[in-house]
Amino acid sequence: MNTLELDVEDRAIINRLQDGLPLAPYPYVLVAAELGLSEEELLERLARLRDSGVLTRFGPMYHAERLGGGLTLAALAVPEADYERVAGILDAFPEVAHNYRREHRLNMWFVLATESAERIPEVVAELETATGLRVFNMPKEREFHVRLHLPV
Amino acid sequence: MSDFTYPSDRGEDQRLDEQDRAIVLATQAGLPLVSDPWTAIGEQVGMNGEEVLSRMQAMLERGMIRRIAAVPNHYRLGYVANGMTVWDVADADIERLGREIAAIEGVSHCYQRPRHLPDWPYNLFAMLHGRSREEVEQQARVLRDCLGEACRDYRILYSSRILKKTGLRLAGAEPEAANNSLNNKNSWTDSNETDARG
Repeated sequence: MNTLELDVEDRAIINRLQDGLPLAPYPYVLVAAELGLSEEELLERLARLRDSGVLTRFGPMYHAERLGGGLTLAALAVPEADYERVAGILDAFPEVAHNYRREHRLNMWFVLATESAERIPEVVAELETATGLRVFNMPKEREFHVRLHLPV
Repeated sequence: MSDFTYPSDRGEDQRLDEQDRAIVLATQAGLPLVSDPWTAIGEQVGMNGEEVLSRMQAMLERGMIRRIAAVPNHYRLGYVANGMTVWDVADADIERLGREIAAIEGVSHCYQRPRHLPDWPYNLFAMLHGRSREEVEQQARVLRDCLGEACRDYRILYSSRILKKTGLRLAGAEPEAANNSLNNKNSWTDSNETDARG
């Protein structure tokens, strides 16, 4: 399924549910009524959007730090010749949740997620030992906005 | 724990009790798509639907749940250009300007982060999503104009390859549960700071 295969109801559902499902009894019937759909049709379409990968997930967005976990964004300047080797080292760390190549001298950007906040500096030190590179740790100091909303 | 200074982030240390944790574990892969999802979750964790709902409402009020939401695959929706924009903004103005640019259309995540001089002078990060790089660059110009003289320099860092993308783990989860969620490709938090494709 690509974007062209989303009909007007699919688009309305995606747009509406990026804003959040109400935490109320029988929440889907409330949203279905807003969109002029039956509850059954909303649930069927939502299942199809999720199962076909148009939605990567549908559910509660948990706030990692509020749950006691540690979370940080960090980067490495990896020499090109070493890139695959270093990517493999990071891949083996369960605390590395996402890792992306980006176009900059700092060319490897990753999120560390740990079960406790105290574990972050330990993992940073372990990564520096394992890679022989300096980790640029960039934990958030202020959060201004976290809300992905992509109109379709 | 990072030293949050933004008011909404000033929360007392809030640990989950056992029942809350059971709900997080049961829902981190997603919410059941049935008429009464709260009862469906309750059946998995040994509570009635009413209790599940009221505990989830309490977690929402305490900010442990940001919201119950559909997370679209950017790429599948045609948002193939995703740029992490980074800005070197005068410290005195960053709180005001951070709030202003966070409100601009197209910005999904916006954070203040530490500089690492001399290698990395940028202290404000904003993720932009567009259907093309031109669109992202147009959005970046809007941010540039908003920041004005307080901004010394900026960059757009596009992601060129996903090296790893797995879910985040529940803090304090039993090893089995932690492994289950690790194997789940779907992140259960909103904090995909580097989540960008294309």
